[in-house]
Amino acid sequence: MSHDNKILQGKVWKYGNNIDTDVIIPARYLNMSTAEELAQHCMEDIDPAFARAVSQGDIIVGGRNFGCGSSREHAPLAIKGAGVSCVIAESFARIFYRNAINIGLPILVSPEAARDATTGDRLIVDLETGSITNTHLGKTYRTSPFPPFIMQIIEAGGLIPYTQAQVHRRAAKESA
Amino acid sequence: MGHTLAEKIIAKHVVDARPGDAGLSPGDLVQVAVDVVLSNDITAPIALREFEKLGVERVFDPTKVVMVADHFAPNKDIKSAEQCAMMRRFAREQGLPYHYDVGRMGIEHVLLPEQGLVLPGDLVVGADSHTCTYGALGAFATGMGSTDIAVAMATGQIWMRVPETMRFVYTGELQPWVGGKDLILYTIGRIGVSGALYRSMEFTGPVIDGLSMAGRFTMANMAIEAGAKAGLFAVDATTRAYVAGRANREYTMYASDPDADYAEVIEIDVSDVPPQVALPHLPENARPVAEARSVTIDQAVIGSCTNGRMEDLRIAASILRGRHVHRDVRCIVIPGTQQVYLDALREGLIETFIEAGAVVSTPTCGPCLGGYMGILAAGERAVSTTNRNFRGRMGHADSEVYLSGPAVAAASAIVGHIAGPEEVTA
Repeated sequence: MSHDNKILQGKVWKYGNNIDTDVIIPARYLNMSTAEELAQHCMEDIDPAFARAVSQGDIIVGGRNFGCGSSREHAPLAIKGAGVSCVIAESFARIFYRNAINIGLPILVSPEAARDATTGDRLIVDLETGSITNTHLGKTYRTSPFPPFIMQIIEAGGLIPYTQAQVHRRAAKESA
Repeated sequence: MGHTLAEKIIAKHVVDARPGDAGLSPGDLVQVAVDVVLSNDITAPIALREFEKLGVERVFDPTKVVMVADHFAPNKDIKSAEQCAMMRRFAREQGLPYHYDVGRMGIEHVLLPEQGLVLPGDLVVGADSHTCTYGALGAFATGMGSTDIAVAMATGQIWMRVPETMRFVYTGELQPWVGGKDLILYTIGRIGVSGALYRSMEFTGPVIDGLSMAGRFTMANMAIEAGAKAGLFAVDATTRAYVAGRANREYTMYASDPDADYAEVIEIDVSDVPPQVALPHLPENARPVAEARSVTIDQAVIGSCTNGRMEDLRIAASILRGRHVHRDVRCIVIPGTQQVYLDALREGLIETFIEAGAVVSTPTCGPCLGGYMGILAAGERAVSTTNRNFRGRMGHADSEVYLSGPAVAAASAIVGHIAGPEEVTA
């Protein structure tokens, strides 16, 4: 990951508490599994305008327990496929949190930044330092850094490239 | 300091502590070996694509990789047929003995315990959030996404964070018609849908000691609806009797230490808990049935991984026997597995349902997640023994789902509005 793509900038789409994976991507679309297909229906049941109006780099901001419900990885895939650069929330449901990290969708916990932001604000997110700046409000927020192991997965680009490296390392050790 | 049931099972499966996490206490990140890796027809396709990217030829152990076609099977359309076909091809290539297709399949979380594939002390990961159901057997079981499952299928290992445990102690006397579903809805109503976020729930107390396995599966199933990573029960004579005759390998029973460290202990006197119903659009909106009596319904669904077991069908049949489903209600009964279906048939329950004007479906997740077999139109309402009542969960974004146990669902189907069982049986 170069330094450039650790700085994200985008317009806020603000949602409330307990945004569940059924509204992020309704189950009627789970007969599809690519990010491009799923993105067309992202947030459809709570915000039918989202999928058409979202721009590359935009940021979804949620309240508490974002991504609760089903384990469907289709949810972060749909968000990523829609061009969203990052999700910020007061807290995340644990399966969604894992899934986002595993597929390389940046995800940050910041109760203050999440509560203050409203739809249309512009945010600048520095993934390296974990800082979030709301340019509309002129406020900067600090988030707690990821544990080192999680950071390794993020830096590898997700769980699959991370595991590939582990598997190769193990194979090299065995043949040595 | 002692350890909880969940901590002990995880500790037994640790292969590697992460740097900086030497011990095993809540918050530690650990690498664990898994006993069962589960996926289904909607989560397997993504997992298989990721598995391929890993460049690993074979799954780590074909006998530990379980696949069930249950969400959109028997296939509802061409796309879901393609997903099942992809899973079927992989299962054949890899020689997976526990790939369950139409004819053998059932709703995964009813099926795996029934087949003895999950046993006490196991560590199970599944690409389905309701994998936590197996906590009823004294196993540590948790839902993950498809990429995690791909890695577990390839390596037999996965990382996890050791969760804090919340202990729930149920005391008092159960009121008539109150079962596991009412207890878990009431509990989620108390703590909220993120009340156990990232934590493990442990269900204990004299009421739990007397609860059937079906009731325990129902409670563990909905731990995720409180945000929990797992929901566990200690193994006792009831568990052992259930597992006897199903287990074809050794298993280990763990129990929490008396001095185990709990993040929180919540005591619930069930004597004051009447049958519950959770109002739209969150499972935490649990209320006594009496408070929802004015709600008319268009559909009643009895089944799912939450309440699709024989005990659930027996309760529903006891209310529907000799009575008739209201003419404005579609009542859909879905036995959880082929075995449940056959047992219900032999016991005469299927006849009871059909005579009452209900339809009986082959096992499938179908309507629970708005897949098929009972989708709601705009403005329609269903009472359902399933586990989620999120907006649009069973169909149109403007439809509504009211969660209940089988007794309330059956009674409501007869009356045409949400009703307690005593309203029809009195």
